[in-house]
Amino acid sequence: MSTRLSTGGRLLDKSKAVEFKFNGKRLKGYEGDTLASALLANNQMMVARSFKYHRPRGVVASGAEEPNALFNMGKGNKFEPNQRATTTELFDGLSANSQNHWPSLEFDIGAINAYLARFLPAGFYYKMFMYPRAFWKHVYEPFIRQSAGLGKAPDAETKDGDTYEHFYFNADVMVVGGGVAGLQAAKTAAASGKKVLLVEQTSAWGGRAAVDGGMVDGKPVADWMDATIAELEAMENVTLRTRMMASGVYDHGYVLGYERLNDHQPEALGPRHRLWRIRAGHIVTATGAIERPLSFAGNDVPGVLLAAAVRDYAVNWGVSIGDRTVVVTNNDDAYRTAITLKEIGLEVPAIIDARASGGGALADKARAMGIRVENGKAVVKVKGKTRVEGVAIGLQAGEGAILETIKCEAVAMSGGWSPVVHLWSHCGGKLNWIEEDQHFRPDPSRAPTGDTGQAFVTTAGISSGAMGLAEVLEDATNAGALASGINAPAAPSADARDEAPMEAVWLMPQGANIKLKMKAWLDYQNDVKVSDVQLAAREGYESVEHTKRYTTLGMATDQGKLSNINGLAILSDALDQPIPQTGTTTFRPPYTPISMGSIAGEARGATFQPIRRTPMQDWHDARTPFYEPVGHWRRAYCYDRPGETHGDAVEREINQTRNSLGLLDASTLGKLIVKGPDAGKFLDMLYTNMMSSLKPGKCRYGLMCSENGFLSDDGVVARIDEDTFLCHTTTGGAERIHAHMEEWLQTEWWDWKVYVANVTEQFAQVAVVGPNSRKVLEKLGGMDVSKESLGFMEWADGKIGGFDCRVYRISFSGELSYEIAVPASQGAAFWEALMSAGEEFNVMPYGTEALHVMRAEKGFIMIGDETDGTVIPQDLGLHWALSKKKDDYLGKRAQTRSHMADPNRWKLVGLETEDGSVLPDGAYATADGQNENGQRNVQGRVTSTYYSPTLMRGIAMGLVHLGPDRMGEVIEFPKIDGKIIKAKIVDPVFYDKEGEKQNV
Amino acid sequence: MSNPVSALPEAEFKGIATVSEAGLRGMITVRGNFASKSFAKTLKSVAGCTIPDARKINAGSDGRMLAWMSPDELLLVTDYASVEADLTALLSGFGDEHTMAVNVSDARAVFSIAGAGARETIAKVAPVDMSATDFGDGDFRRTRFAQVPAAFWKSGEDVFTVVCFRSVAQYMFDLLSVASQEGSEVGVF
Repeated sequence: MSTRLSTGGRLLDKSKAVEFKFNGKRLKGYEGDTLASALLANNQMMVARSFKYHRPRGVVASGAEEPNALFNMGKGNKFEPNQRATTTELFDGLSANSQNHWPSLEFDIGAINAYLARFLPAGFYYKMFMYPRAFWKHVYEPFIRQSAGLGKAPDAETKDGDTYEHFYFNADVMVVGGGVAGLQAAKTAAASGKKVLLVEQTSAWGGRAAVDGGMVDGKPVADWMDATIAELEAMENVTLRTRMMASGVYDHGYVLGYERLNDHQPEALGPRHRLWRIRAGHIVTATGAIERPLSFAGNDVPGVLLAAAVRDYAVNWGVSIGDRTVVVTNNDDAYRTAITLKEIGLEVPAIIDARASGGGALADKARAMGIRVENGKAVVKVKGKTRVEGVAIGLQAGEGAILETIKCEAVAMSGGWSPVVHLWSHCGGKLNWIEEDQHFRPDPSRAPTGDTGQAFVTTAGISSGAMGLAEVLEDATNAGALASGINAPAAPSADARDEAPMEAVWLMPQGANIKLKMKAWLDYQNDVKVSDVQLAAREGYESVEHTKRYTTLGMATDQGKLSNINGLAILSDALDQPIPQTGTTTFRPPYTPISMGSIAGEARGATFQPIRRTPMQDWHDARTPFYEPVGHWRRAYCYDRPGETHGDAVEREINQTRNSLGLLDASTLGKLIVKGPDAGKFLDMLYTNMMSSLKPGKCRYGLMCSENGFLSDDGVVARIDEDTFLCHTTTGGAERIHAHMEEWLQTEWWDWKVYVANVTEQFAQVAVVGPNSRKVLEKLGGMDVSKESLGFMEWADGKIGGFDCRVYRISFSGELSYEIAVPASQGAAFWEALMSAGEEFNVMPYGTEALHVMRAEKGFIMIGDETDGTVIPQDLGLHWALSKKKDDYLGKRAQTRSHMADPNRWKLVGLETEDGSVLPDGAYATADGQNENGQRNVQGRVTSTYYSPTLMRGIAMGLVHLGPDRMGEVIEFPKIDGKIIKAKIVDPVFYDKEGEKQNV
Repeated sequence: MSNPVSALPEAEFKGIATVSEAGLRGMITVRGNFASKSFAKTLKSVAGCTIPDARKINAGSDGRMLAWMSPDELLLVTDYASVEADLTALLSGFGDEHTMAVNVSDARAVFSIAGAGARETIAKVAPVDMSATDFGDGDFRRTRFAQVPAAFWKSGEDVFTVVCFRSVAQYMFDLLSVASQEGSEVGVF
């Protein structure tokens, strides 16, 4: 059984006991524990069920590479699935539950899959779920959904209770990894005086050397590290962060740093995670290496751990995995585990070394300590189901004959070390295969490159493939110097690597039969075995990327940190080609999964999206209107009163406006000032109409098209003076049209003398509409708004009720109407003044729906309703707005293309239903026959449709084939319920065709 | 004329920095040819300072500031009460030269971020190097704060002035309040 030792545990504070819950059980640990070390200290060897076969699984690693120990963590609004126990710091009150089993971890129905393993080979999903087709929806999909996934999805209705944030930071040199290499690289770079950022993903500095020891400059490495950290902390130009992982490296030295602020103290104030968005001049990755498992039968039984993890648990957390640990290895490093365990008084029954020639100096030391060492041997299989009971030993060169069985509680395995090359590779760094250490190593001559072709990532220490302490320090010194542009100083002195060569061992024993291979796991998290990869190769998979997807090797949340190299080695062997020819799969960010919350940052709740507010928005809010989004604004659709439906409110607002007086908050409409000697020429190009001929004091409605001829925006242009125009745009169009103007001025007509300014928000604008609108303005007084002084389509500056105003006599409703702009800071007061002056006329605000209905009654088009990016002005009968006098305007040439000039295009007409009902929006008019796809032919569609309270019937506009030539004809619009509405083609102007009402 | 009212009068939040709405400021968008001597002369006479270099803001007379917005655009910051007079002076000084001067005071909201956490608060929402060595007196950025356009400068010891569009004043206030929430010190500037 695994237990806490009475001594050891350099990361623990044993004076601070911590209580936590696992599957409802109360357990104890210490501050400094990870959840994994605390579970092991409580003899919780089995921690999960595997994904596919539901096999019992235990902790296998001690760091970010852990594939098995994933938990549902927390409760309620702090619940999160798939949290890795080895990187979860223990805190008082932590609550974790194991995943992927039913009904319990100890007794799991799904484990029956293990007996069906023969029938669940690689590519099973692809092979099985194809046929019969109908089974997918009704049988397969529900079954897969039920059994898929590791952790539980968080409750859909519960909002994350934490906050998150981003943080922008710049550094000359960023060093990733707080082990010996990172510390030395940072120290070297910092001496240059440049700004250095050093990050470490765990809560403690030190990395591997803190456990494995050694001497640096004649002192124990731990002392050297303490001194170096103190030195760095004292430097102004150095920033040190623990609990911060560099999750990805991107172009131009951009790095995402994932800082876990409160995971270990969930009740603390402040954000839970902070996502650093770092711009670094040069990046040094001192990310160490990950130990590889060995592939033997039963290498997934709880109690089989990576050799280095076994000594991590002993040294860092004072945890013994078992009294008796068998070490199995193909390299010298694993001997350190045996020596460490022996030194603290635990038993190592044997070291099984696959190499016939055995190990070097470390092996000699182990033997001298009395440990039995067996060279050329292999673990044939592990005994035990839910925990290790022993190992069967055979010849590595053999096929699995058992020579002897050794009883033990733990197996420490080491298949060699793979440098962590993820960050190096994210931005294109290339790798070399190194025979000597059987791993991929960064090739410094093929580094990720920046804007001038310079390398902007350098590796340091073990992640460069420097495998001894002296080599690490030397390499890190050089990396720090290179990154900061100085000459490398002398590296601290340390012991050089003194190890016998490792041996490639991809399967143990090398001739293992199929039965053994079906129990030799490569990818623990996705349950991929040696036999699966070999099957894929037999079925013709040659590309490592294809094999990955076919077998799911390396596709789990650990992204193949343990399985990648072992898998591609098996594939290479099966394909009979060297490993570098097979290559690796692609390393992509993030290095380990980061929270969705950190990606969203502050963008949630009130700050999810900017909502734009007009100067009168508080007034609107107080009436709780029904809002609709228009761009980023919220505009009142209608101001419904108690007991009213939206329809009732719209009808009331229209009747009031048409009969007396209504107010519209029109502040959202875009207002662009265009000024300069060439302003008229410029607007003649932008609008289809002639704008240069407009007289100061006058307004003109204009259309804008894209260079492809399609309608893009519309609005009223007012000429302010000889050089200055004010262009109104649609609400959603202000920023877009401003950018459109700037683009043409900056890229095409850069020599035209025109400046544009967006003054949309400088003004609050109110449409004062209805037969009594003049009366209310005259009542407020201050300027002459009579027909004689201010005619239709004119504007004037003046004062109304003491407010500085610019008054436009324009009408989108067909009524007598004034649009009045006042400075935004006075908008709310002006609105209130109009409301109280209008009381005698029963004044009401009206919303966007009333606006829409009234414009439709008048046959005015709306950008976005009558247009959809495929409609040209000619389709809408707007020929009058297309200047014939101009040589050119944006869109003119495009509108002469054959398809654009085709008389068969659908054109705008009014539609009047025979029964007076309202046509469904977007409904199609059917025509005879069917098209080549067997669909009913169509001859038109509805673009706007409303109930008109003025006409007391449904009205609509639509685009109809040859529409204007078919006045009076009745066409049919089938509804979704199959019923057909008949509508007559009519003129689109339903109300006051002569325009008498607006021109009074 | 009624009293002009800013977007969020009196709004204030205290966390690692104090965020407060700073009331109305006079602002004039000025566009023209920076190389023109007469253009520079007029600006000098009205603002009391020279045209700033890229990403800089110059202090002028009576609290006026002149900020670099683009290679042909400046922002003159002045008292709200002085806008009309300054605008008139600019227009008369520019005469027939092709230029533009537009009052945008009401199109804007102004916030102050003050306190030890002010730099960090900004660094959480704006892609700007906020270290003291990189951003100090006279520096100016026209940038974005999270999802909206914004500009800012250092207006005192640990005090920064932020300008955004008036319509997003509430968003800006909410944003800066979240960014300066209690317990969110980064501790790097």
